[in-house]
Amino acid sequence: MKWLLRLLLLIAVLVVLLLGWLFFGGAQRPTSPAMSKVTAATLHDADLIARGKYLVTVGDCAGCHTAQGGAAFAGGRSLATPFGNIPVPNITPDRETGLGNWSFEDFWQALHAGKGRHGELLYPAFSYTSYTRVTHDDALAMFAYLQSLPPVHRPATASTLEFPYSVRNSLAAWRALYFKEGVFKPDPAQSAQWNRGAYLVQGLGHCNECHAARDSLGGTPQDVHLTGGQIPQQNWYAPDLSTRQNGGLRGWSEQDIVDLLKTGQSSKGAAFGPMADVVTTSTQHMSDDDLHAVATYLGSLPARAAAPEEPSAFNAKALVAQGEKVYTQRCADCHGKDGNGVAGVYPPLNGNSSVTEPSGINATRAVLLGGFAPLTAANPRPYSMPPFAQQLSDADVAAVVSYIRGSWTNKAPAVLERDVSKYRQTPID
Amino acid sequence: MNTNASLRPAKSFGTAALLVAAMLFGAPLRAADAPPTHPTPPDTLQQRIAACTTCHGVHGEGTPGSGYFPRLAGKPAAYLARQMQDFQNGLRKYAPMEYTVRQLSPAYMQEIAEYFAAQQVPYSRSPLPPVSAATLQRGEQLVSKGDPANKIPACASCHGSQLTGVQPSTPGLVGLPYDYLSAQLGSWRTHTRGTVAPDCMAVVANRLSDSDITAVAAALASRQPPADTHAQAAGSVTPPLPCGVLGATGDGS
Repeated sequence: MKWLLRLLLLIAVLVVLLLGWLFFGGAQRPTSPAMSKVTAATLHDADLIARGKYLVTVGDCAGCHTAQGGAAFAGGRSLATPFGNIPVPNITPDRETGLGNWSFEDFWQALHAGKGRHGELLYPAFSYTSYTRVTHDDALAMFAYLQSLPPVHRPATASTLEFPYSVRNSLAAWRALYFKEGVFKPDPAQSAQWNRGAYLVQGLGHCNECHAARDSLGGTPQDVHLTGGQIPQQNWYAPDLSTRQNGGLRGWSEQDIVDLLKTGQSSKGAAFGPMADVVTTSTQHMSDDDLHAVATYLGSLPARAAAPEEPSAFNAKALVAQGEKVYTQRCADCHGKDGNGVAGVYPPLNGNSSVTEPSGINATRAVLLGGFAPLTAANPRPYSMPPFAQQLSDADVAAVVSYIRGSWTNKAPAVLERDVSKYRQTPID
Repeated sequence: MNTNASLRPAKSFGTAALLVAAMLFGAPLRAADAPPTHPTPPDTLQQRIAACTTCHGVHGEGTPGSGYFPRLAGKPAAYLARQMQDFQNGLRKYAPMEYTVRQLSPAYMQEIAEYFAAQQVPYSRSPLPPVSAATLQRGEQLVSKGDPANKIPACASCHGSQLTGVQPSTPGLVGLPYDYLSAQLGSWRTHTRGTVAPDCMAVVANRLSDSDITAVAAALASRQPPADTHAQAAGSVTPPLPCGVLGATGDGS
């Protein structure tokens, strides 16, 4: 019996050690600004700050780190995830509630390694899975800019993550599956422009965080790159970004990509939903060189496998006939009977990747919500689309969306009435 | 083979004819390659703001018949621009409005506000819920005299003697549906409608009892709009409470 007692004791010790590691493991002392290798003079360099401002804009840090109606970069938002709400921190240099006591070493550790200044594992709602590609020099410029902002006192909201997600060290397993630390390595076989584009798309731009499907653990397998996916909780579909065969952007030219990112519109479609916000706050401010680099890189993404043709579970004929009626009454005046829209004013629906994306969510929500095209320097007084949520029944929305998805050159499957009712709610956080 | 050969000259003849026609008339060939199936939309603000007019009406007349969407026509421009800003900032909560205006620039919002402020369309009456004569009387009292014992100022003391609003930032209250009015008073109490501090309307709404809200909304919705529905001149009223929307001095300056 003595051996059994010993075994139990051993197990108990191991459990205590494991729990201790889970809750207290990995703790470290932060580097104070005074101990930092980066001097205050470096951080005050005007050129570095200006470069940092551009990079912070390209990374669209303000997109998440600003609450509705709140001061820019002061956090205060809650990011909804399937695992609970994650508070978005204040990244202004406020000493109590922001990054006022942070050194560059702390910042680098967060951006590059996904760890807080006490060594705690950060939740990957902060997209360090992408930011780890950012170079040390660029990170320094970003930090200098953020430290140059006026400090804003704004404490973060409370987390609503539940056990086991509330235990940060449980992220160790997640990181083993989905996170590979490392700065972007240029591919010498490719042009400088391609490499710049790849660096921006894979790193700061963090495009893959939305434009790839997440699995049940909220991660994106490491070999999945820009193949499109539904954005959790927000319920928009971020399309595949390949311009080649079966890609989400098939047929898009480099100029179309540049146009969309710079003006919010292109000959192939307009940005809307969350991408409209990205264009307005981030990509419209990118330099033409960087936009062309991004387009070059996206243009090099490989062709995709054809989607398996699934026989429709129901006979959509009557639905589509009804949809054509609704289309003629409500949509054709602007988008045209041929679905080709009006160049620069109303986007085409024919061949529009947002119309034909696999889920049907985007077209459904566009019909329900309407709204303005992105407001950009190139398009300061955008045209808009009426929201039809108040005017059309679920059945009519399903009908018209099914019609649009299956007409002209479009070959996407119909959507169901019950799917429309799921997306009636307007997304505002 | 033969068919092709015989077609070729015909085709080149056609092309030549088109070229000659183009040279003669200087007309672009675009119409020949892609005939437009519908006319180009007019480059007007009205055309651009279809997202607004689909609910509020092409001239901002609202939906007096069916209740909810408020009239925008003739309201002071600064008031309308402020509302869009408040929706953007989440001070005023209504998801479809927050979503629609979330990106608009101050300049564009001002332009849209001025469009609706300049519209002049006849007022129409909205349906009223069945309320007693006593309720209507209480409502009338609140509208024109207020309730000094409960520190409730008269609506008319800020919104103008004819309740047509006051330039630049105080909206008119006549011609609004009962449902809309009572919902707004309620939302000031539940913090789903607010504006810059001090939020005088929130103070007033919180001094109203539930039955007062019914009474005042019914009295306002049942009022016949006056002949002249223009907002009163700026500075023509002295608000009894400090109001952030009217600036530090409370009179819009």
